[in-house]
Amino acid sequence: MLTAIITLLVIAVIFGLILGFAAVRFKVESDPVVDEIDKLLPQTQCGQCTYPGCRPYAEAIANGEAEINQCPPGGEPTIIALADLLGRDPLPLNPEHGEVKEEKTVVIIDEEICIGCTLCIQACPVDAIVGAAKQMHTVIIDNCTGCDLCIPPCPVDCIYIVPEKKSASNWQWPNPAEIEKTASDPEGSS
Amino acid sequence: MSHSNRKTFNFHGGLHLDEHKSISTSRPIETAPIPPLLILPLLQHIGNPAIPCVKVGENVLKNQCIANADGPVSTTLHASSSGTVTAIEKRSIPHPSNLDVMCIVIETDGRDTSIEQSHASTEEYLSLSRHDIQQRIKEAGIVGLGGAGFPSHIKLNANKHLVETLIINAAECEPYISCDDMLIREHAESIINGLRIMQHALNAKHCMIGIEDNKVEAHAALQAAINGSDDIELVRVPTRYPAGGERQLIYNLTGKQAPSQGRPLDIGIVCHNAGTAAAVDDAITRGIPLTSRVVTLTGSGIPQPRNMHVRIGTPIQYLLDHCHSPKEDIANILIGGPMMGFKLNSADAPVTKTCNCILATLQRDAIKPSTPMPCIRCGDCVEVCPVNLLPQQLYWHAHAQDFDAIQDYNLFDCIECGCCDVVCPSRIPLVQYFRFSKTTIWQQERDKEKSNKARQRHELRLERLEQEKREKRERHNRKKAALKKKPEQSDDPKKAAILAAMKRVQDKKLASNTNPANTDNLTPEQQAKVDEADRRRKEQNADTKPS
Repeated sequence: MLTAIITLLVIAVIFGLILGFAAVRFKVESDPVVDEIDKLLPQTQCGQCTYPGCRPYAEAIANGEAEINQCPPGGEPTIIALADLLGRDPLPLNPEHGEVKEEKTVVIIDEEICIGCTLCIQACPVDAIVGAAKQMHTVIIDNCTGCDLCIPPCPVDCIYIVPEKKSASNWQWPNPAEIEKTASDPEGSS
Repeated sequence: MSHSNRKTFNFHGGLHLDEHKSISTSRPIETAPIPPLLILPLLQHIGNPAIPCVKVGENVLKNQCIANADGPVSTTLHASSSGTVTAIEKRSIPHPSNLDVMCIVIETDGRDTSIEQSHASTEEYLSLSRHDIQQRIKEAGIVGLGGAGFPSHIKLNANKHLVETLIINAAECEPYISCDDMLIREHAESIINGLRIMQHALNAKHCMIGIEDNKVEAHAALQAAINGSDDIELVRVPTRYPAGGERQLIYNLTGKQAPSQGRPLDIGIVCHNAGTAAAVDDAITRGIPLTSRVVTLTGSGIPQPRNMHVRIGTPIQYLLDHCHSPKEDIANILIGGPMMGFKLNSADAPVTKTCNCILATLQRDAIKPSTPMPCIRCGDCVEVCPVNLLPQQLYWHAHAQDFDAIQDYNLFDCIECGCCDVVCPSRIPLVQYFRFSKTTIWQQERDKEKSNKARQRHELRLERLEQEKREKRERHNRKKAALKKKPEQSDDPKKAAILAAMKRVQDKKLASNTNPANTDNLTPEQQAKVDEADRRRKEQNADTKPS
């Protein structure tokens, strides 16, 4: 009887130690679900979902506070990916939050007009605008996510939305299914 | 000794196609005249575009370097004739995207003056180290001339791999194209010499040349050039499209398969195009960089189909005019063959290093595009696929845009040879679907990378803002504490002076607050009068104060 109790106690202590060690050693800093959701979001940090950035939106989804259809930059593919991840039904994009852009855009600053007020720099969520007070500002195109948050604060309206540049290295072949739909000549061989 | 009766292995699938090659092989290779304008795109290879090292207005000589390689996966660009650089600007190039890219435009002077060759011409390649050969090939701007345009110096860098076999691809399987065939017929020695240089650079034990059995003259020329030496094996492979595909040729010759998504080097094999071998010989033996290539001009739109030595950068329209091609009657121009070529959008585009064939078709011969019908899952495409893929499954997922599933079916092993397109009874443009899927997947990967970067930048920004706020608060707190600690003793001498003055006034006021001497022992009337005066004074003060 006594031996049994002691044995069980010893085993309990050993497992307790192992679990305690594992809890410290393999501690997961943040909620993994939030991380997973955040990974699927487009990271434009545009705030169209009404949350201040993609991560807060991911947290809201994880807590059940927000629906999965509030992200216009992600559009349908993001909604489907989120539905897959969370085991929910896909929903159509909520039009309250905006529409899907036809093509990807970035912004450029008209440097002739810019007065160097720094308001756009403060608005940019990804620090993609460089410049200093009373100095010309410019957009680092490679880092611009096309969130358009810099446009409302600009006092002189010198920021324009332009489509993302296509080059030979990021060019895509057209979808033949769409060509068929428009019933035009399918690309290619004789 | 060269065996021509070596047993070859047969790759799966493939097609016997009408060759249409003899129409362009009846006359010797002609040298194209110098065009008035040369357009040299900075990106004619896979990798980073070259960086221009000449300025607008500068005079350049033939073979002069005009743009340097940018990084290891890039190569050099040379002027293909002498003249003046008139612009460095975006021009249309032969690319399916119809996008303009940066080009160096040279107005030629017609003299074709060449620079002095920096490398001694008759240098013995065996005295050069492997690294030197790679470096010179990079400096000569040589890329794979078979079509893909991969910088050759990279493929000649075996690194730590042991190269068992070096294969020269002389199969040239696509209909109409005959530039390699003609080059071999006329310059077989140069190809063999280039092969030996590459063998030296790779330290390859064994060399093979794979040639299709329909190229009888070229085979004979190579045999004569090999001249009985026993380290080069010349092997005939059955004529079957796509026998000239790198992996198909390797399998045909050795029975080995390069791993999916891997390189032939992983199985100890390096494969180069015959044209590339000739270019390597030019670069190492004669010090001439890659400034021209053989181009097949063929199709019903060319009255006398032929092969030409064309300067890189020659506008395609100039060549067509030279061949008296009827401009108005041309339905379309393909760059490359009918199977893997793409439609040229503007004939102003120049001939690039990878442009092996210009196929012009007359209106009357143009095939009208047919409307695709639904897939009936007949499986003909599976029968002909040389890579053993399941095109109908790939199509299925490409149509549904299920890009995860399509990769499970090894989409990226597709060589886009077009066999499945040819046999499809429903006329589905299968290769188009695969190309679309590939580029879309690449775009998704780029988007993912960009969004990761954006996330990181956003997090760093939040951190920075937080830190700024914290610092501001700390500064504020420090100031507050400092003020509380010694409110009077200010370090500022001005403040101290003001404080001292105020103190003096206060002291004086206190001293003067005593009653005047003559107000003792007043009668009640007097007291009343004094009070009255005080009251009036107060009133007056109250009146004046607000103003």
